[in-house]
Amino acid sequence: MFVRTAILVLKKDLAIEVKTLEIVMTTLFFAVACVLVFSFAFVREGQAPPDAAPAILWIAVAFSGTLALGRTFERERYSETLRALLLAPAPRPALYVGKLLGMIVLLALDELVLVPLIAFLFGAPMFARPLFLLLFLAAGTLAFAAVGTLFAAMLIRSRTRDVLLPILLYPITVPVIICGVRGTAALLSSPVDEPTATMWLAILIAMDVVFVTLSLWTFEPLMSE
Amino acid sequence: MRSTPTTRVRSRPIAPGSRPDVDTFDFQSVQLADVSRHFGRRRALSRVSLTLNGGDIVGLLGPNGAGKSTMIGLLATLAIPTSGEVRYGGRTAKEAGASLRQRIGLLAHELYLYPELSARQNLTFFADLYGLDSQTLVPAALERAGLADRADDDVHGFSRGMRQRLALERALIHNPRLVLFDEPFTGLDDSAVSIVSQRLRTLAASGSIVVVATHDLDIADGLVTRVALVREGKLLADEPSAGGLRSRYRSAIGAA
Amino acid sequence: MRKAFAPLAVVTGLLFAIAPFVIANAPYEQTMLLIQKIFYFHVPSWVAMYCGLIVAAIASILYLFKGSKAADRYAVSAAELIVVFGLNGLISGPLWARKAWGVWWQWDVKLTSALLLWLMFVAYLLVRKYGGPGSEKLAAVVAIFGAAVSPFVYVSVNIWRTMHPKTSVVPDIIKNPTTGFAGPLLLSMLAFVLLFCLLLMLRVRLAERQDALDELYLAYED
Repeated sequence: MFVRTAILVLKKDLAIEVKTLEIVMTTLFFAVACVLVFSFAFVREGQAPPDAAPAILWIAVAFSGTLALGRTFERERYSETLRALLLAPAPRPALYVGKLLGMIVLLALDELVLVPLIAFLFGAPMFARPLFLLLFLAAGTLAFAAVGTLFAAMLIRSRTRDVLLPILLYPITVPVIICGVRGTAALLSSPVDEPTATMWLAILIAMDVVFVTLSLWTFEPLMSE
Repeated sequence: MRSTPTTRVRSRPIAPGSRPDVDTFDFQSVQLADVSRHFGRRRALSRVSLTLNGGDIVGLLGPNGAGKSTMIGLLATLAIPTSGEVRYGGRTAKEAGASLRQRIGLLAHELYLYPELSARQNLTFFADLYGLDSQTLVPAALERAGLADRADDDVHGFSRGMRQRLALERALIHNPRLVLFDEPFTGLDDSAVSIVSQRLRTLAASGSIVVVATHDLDIADGLVTRVALVREGKLLADEPSAGGLRSRYRSAIGAA
Repeated sequence: MRKAFAPLAVVTGLLFAIAPFVIANAPYEQTMLLIQKIFYFHVPSWVAMYCGLIVAAIASILYLFKGSKAADRYAVSAAELIVVFGLNGLISGPLWARKAWGVWWQWDVKLTSALLLWLMFVAYLLVRKYGGPGSEKLAAVVAIFGAAVSPFVYVSVNIWRTMHPKTSVVPDIIKNPTTGFAGPLLLSMLAFVLLFCLLLMLRVRLAERQDALDELYLAYED
């Protein structure tokens, strides 16, 4: 019942997205715009400061992720379909997991474009350790999306949800950004600094566990009116 | 389908073709026991006690802001009372667990449809979510809604009436025991109103507990079998309906 | 609770009264001399802030899962105190740093972690104020997450910081106490913790009165 519900919600979200591609396209181009803005801000005489590449990558993910969260839950708010979902006999944390998986897919698509783009613009050796980088992106995206999905869901009935979401999300996800940026930077240095990267990854994974557990635990009491 | 050991009532069959892993908790009556719902100083419902039985069409009547939607939300298990209990066949929502929601259907003004999806996709999604066999149920539901030829068109292109019919089918696809309709008649033309009314009568006849919150007294007059009048969160009257609704309403609540 | 208030207030008042004398008599630290004494004010502020964090987190959990209104009152009171004592620390810290090392902000791990925690609880208060109906529950989740993420904040900022050694790192006085520091420091910490308890009791009492007033309104209309 739990897994089935989560998959159903995920498939439903993907079905909507495939029809319009609205959120995918807009967040993707927003992320690209972010990257360009930061590039113009930081690059001087054709040279980027050291470690600009991983920093810009993770900031773009965070910013476009916040946007995507808002838009995704706006869909559930529009016809109050969130109420209909909560009404179903499915365990409510399963709804959270379904939404979370949808967010991860969306952000993964963004990162699929951002990583080569940043490699291209900054000459950063993003593909020196592709598997490791993938792990970092997965762990960091999961942490960000886990908290983000919970907060976006809980703010859905709030009039001020658009501005409250970043206010709540950014301080709590600062450690995610730190780990992501420092870890990715370690992967991009030459020679690749594996022990450091591993350490940052371990912290990220610990955060994943904590965030997902807390979210699953608090989702039900949070969703009753 | 087996009934759960603790229910003493004969279990009502879920929609045909449902999957066996869905629990079958059922009930014959719903009871609000001294239920209140407050938000700080704002009171939505105040000490309401009410029993709803199968076969009845209960009209929840009152002016705007009286607490009708709050009561519907409480009955639907979406909200929790600040005090008092809502009991389904003697058990609270917490005791009954998530399977209780299998027996509850809700239709409110917002319709709960995904405009980006087609009619068929909407119905299929909700049917699957309720653990039902969408292959058999969805085509029949589309027929009943008169949307068989528009099944694969996106909902955002539908007129209000078409959406209403689709939303009606979506809300009832799992054959719920407790049917909650919050202002279902707004914006509907005569024929649509009679379709909805007829559907409600059929449901009540088959043993469902039907609750309709509305401020349209004329429609309610011909439809409801019991009347619950609320004003400012308080239950003013709870009695069988025998016509003359408007005058009774006026005397209890004041000019409508 | 109520009965403890007056004696507690007296004790706290006494502690605050004698503290300046005790601090003045404490030995000077070698490099910073008089400036270092702000530490008797700065560190206890953090201690009070973390007391607030524990209260806020536990109260939020109780409110979210047990629906205890009393717990919610403790949570919001503790959150406000976190912001107040945190502000104390965030102002005294840079003042100290400026006078002692010439720089306002060095991304010192303790200050930075405290800043993030402070921001999270400012967000808590913003959610309560602007979040609309049901915002108490939203805020409770913020408090729980804030408490849960603090260790990660500290660890990640710490490692991040030590990889970028800039100007001098704040000397860790607590780890290497010169004799004579411990006494006044403990006294100050005790004074601040008691002050925290006092303010918490006052604020909870205020919240209780507000809720009682709401109940009266409701009862009157019945």
